[in-house]
Amino acid sequence: MFRFARNLALALALATPAVADQVTTFSLENGLDVVVIEDHRAPVVVHMVWYRAGAADEEPGVSGVAHFLEHLMFKGTDTVASGEFSKLVEANGGSDNAFTSWDYTGYFQRVAADRLELVMRLEADRMRNLKLTEDDWKTEREVIIEERNQRTDSDPGAIFGEQRRAAQYLNHRYGTPVIGWRHEMENLTRQDALDWYRLYYAPNNAVLVVAGDVTPDAVRALAETYYGVLAPSPGIAPRHRPQDPPQLAERRMSFADPRVSQPYITRGYLAPERNPGAQEKAAALTILADLLGGSGQTSVLARKLQFENHKAIYTSAYYDGTSLDPMTFNLAAAPADGVSLSEMEAALDDVIADFLETGVDPAQFARVKTRIRAEMIYSADNVNGLARRYGEALTSGLTVEDVQAWPAILDAVTEEDVMAAAREVFDRRHAVTGWMMRDENDEVMQ
Amino acid sequence: MMRAILSAVTAVFLALPAFGAVEIQEVTSPSGIKAWLVEEHSIPFTALEIRFKGGASLDAPGKRGAIVLMMALLEEGAGDLDSQGFAEAREALAAEFGFDAYDDGVSVSAQFLTENRGEAVALLKQALTDPRFDQSAIDRVRAQVLSIIQSEEKDPGDIAGRTFDQLAFGDHPYATSRNGTLESVNALTRDDLLDAKARVMSRDRLYVSAVGDITPEALGALIDDLLGGLPATGAETPPPVAPELRGGITVVDYVSPQSVVVFGHAGIDRDDPDFFAAYLLNQALGGQGFAARLMDEVREKRGLTYGISTYLVPMDLAETWQGSFSSANEKVAEAIEVVHAEWARAAADGLTESELDAAKTYLTGSYPLRFDGNGRIADILVGMQTDHLPASYITDRNSYIEAVTLDDIKRVAKRLMRPENLRFVVVGQPVGLQDSD
Repeated sequence: MFRFARNLALALALATPAVADQVTTFSLENGLDVVVIEDHRAPVVVHMVWYRAGAADEEPGVSGVAHFLEHLMFKGTDTVASGEFSKLVEANGGSDNAFTSWDYTGYFQRVAADRLELVMRLEADRMRNLKLTEDDWKTEREVIIEERNQRTDSDPGAIFGEQRRAAQYLNHRYGTPVIGWRHEMENLTRQDALDWYRLYYAPNNAVLVVAGDVTPDAVRALAETYYGVLAPSPGIAPRHRPQDPPQLAERRMSFADPRVSQPYITRGYLAPERNPGAQEKAAALTILADLLGGSGQTSVLARKLQFENHKAIYTSAYYDGTSLDPMTFNLAAAPADGVSLSEMEAALDDVIADFLETGVDPAQFARVKTRIRAEMIYSADNVNGLARRYGEALTSGLTVEDVQAWPAILDAVTEEDVMAAAREVFDRRHAVTGWMMRDENDEVMQ
Repeated sequence: MMRAILSAVTAVFLALPAFGAVEIQEVTSPSGIKAWLVEEHSIPFTALEIRFKGGASLDAPGKRGAIVLMMALLEEGAGDLDSQGFAEAREALAAEFGFDAYDDGVSVSAQFLTENRGEAVALLKQALTDPRFDQSAIDRVRAQVLSIIQSEEKDPGDIAGRTFDQLAFGDHPYATSRNGTLESVNALTRDDLLDAKARVMSRDRLYVSAVGDITPEALGALIDDLLGGLPATGAETPPPVAPELRGGITVVDYVSPQSVVVFGHAGIDRDDPDFFAAYLLNQALGGQGFAARLMDEVREKRGLTYGISTYLVPMDLAETWQGSFSSANEKVAEAIEVVHAEWARAAADGLTESELDAAKTYLTGSYPLRFDGNGRIADILVGMQTDHLPASYITDRNSYIEAVTLDDIKRVAKRLMRPENLRFVVVGQPVGLQDSD
């Protein structure tokens, strides 16, 4: 027989700001922000450049251009031949890749620490000196269309997700897929890509993150040499993107595809994001998502819908507040055999109503807090994850201080804060409900 | 208490050019269980990796899916704790437990804080030695597994992989999904799960590693306490199987704009003296990164796919060499033609010097980058043990790669690459492709 209750007050009040001690930040004169995260356990380094430009910064009509340019960045420059970038990194034993989101585009390489200078030289070179030949860009446009075929059009869940986002945002570009709408991707040109590149790819629109077996002084010296000489872009303006009007009417959608085997419902509520100096509401929502859906056994949705009334075989709640503009708080539930989607949705709404009525279970709240504190220890083991966390935050409108304050802000959230956030966010007038079905005839959405 | 807890501790200091020193200690517990340890005291937690060789291939006849379901149920209640009680206890300790099943092994991965290590291990022990398999938990998790099986039946990638496995492995367990079928999983009982556990979780199949804030003495005591109570032996391993692949094309009709392709033929044993030559050959042909021939020919030059890769699959009981990609239905025939031609070209001519050099630099340089966290290192160490590699392999491995010559590559390409035996499984509505059987 175990007595675990006493562990709720773990000595984990660990003011272990070990993580904060690892981090140094500074800026170059041309506007490049630099974050250095030290981890000297192994002579390995990850080098990342993040641009404050993502799909939601695109102009109407050229959806997918941010991601298209990400692909084209692996073509040549004045001094590096097309396709050589990755080959040079690989020939030095490194790996590299890139990613595009709505708020940022990032490039990274992992190499032995003594190869940092090489990858920095290459990355700085392509920040300003990209060359695109006729062959390169046309073939690459075929590649991104194949990527869309593979990742979106072959996957009914991905199509459904794309349609849900489109329904969620009336005016904000978060409603447009990062990969782009196919008909617009097919018409992307070299000029579209270059316009995007010349405007946004510049030191004053970028964040450099170097993590691993490095010192801040060494990184500063290298960064001055390679990035410090690059000219800033004069066209960088504050990122005031078209915002959504207040949502006044609940939106509902249904989607059927014969490739679907497990039907499910989703609910996305518009929700505030983390903002500089004001992350408290996002922190409360983060903990709310954990309480509702963070565990397959102990979260509120699992308890009620999987253990008590057996209506669902799977439930989830998801919220990530690291975002430049308002985000969504998402719930999902997959019904058990014989449970209809309308029954599932009603049961989900009952759980939310009941939660708003009865409030937070203090024991569960304490366990979530324990995990958040422990996460500070575990995360020190994952320097790549830390590097990503900084890059993502700094290209989503947050500051280094916000990143470092975040664990304490999470820790300070009270049960009352969570309930206040829940009452604010769970308003169906600000929500999109989606039904994912096998067959049009399965059921009629009400 | 600390006196003779360890009957043997051997330390191997491994200094890799690009990666400092990983000091692997070979620990033998008082009761004789062996484990590999890397002490890393800078962060106050430990990653523990436990693996039982054999995995889902040890399912009893007619009980396909039992081992997967059993592993999924280990965290669903043990001892006095029901499913939710167990989860609450683990959450209160901020410990992480992962239970997983593969064809050749089942794994238990744990991370726990130093400050409550004893309680975390006591809880994990309950899961490993006294799981409850309550009927309500069985039914709930079974429904999740059934849903996964139904999804696999409609997913083009899964259909392609399963079709390939059926063609390759006939009656062997490798031919079917380890998750089982709707029929086999629906029929599983609590007794089947107890039997499944006894078949796979035995000390003669056990491999252990730990990385983190723990001493050899503490680890020796910990593994005895945690694992000493397991039965000595389990089920017999099924016999090896030779893949029965003939050249040609298998088309599975599936409505989608794109075809998913899995292709391959027989491969090479992990212990074969030519393994590293084959490994380099695969890297240059279709390995990770953009330098590979197939990536260049199929994606970079022709834009026929988003990505293509090939991989040696040296399982414990069979070896294959496989690859996969997706192409638009109108383009897939051309893509297959290119792959086939490249396979034939490599079989005849091997690689160029510069391709071999590039593959060598990549594989030797990227090796140290794998060791990037306590859990990751623990996983690598346990994998080395199940492959019967010595601790010194970490330092020697790159020299095996360096030693491969162009002649080796040419010889091994001739020996292994059989373009006439390549089987392509195409799931989609490919234009201009016929099923060849």
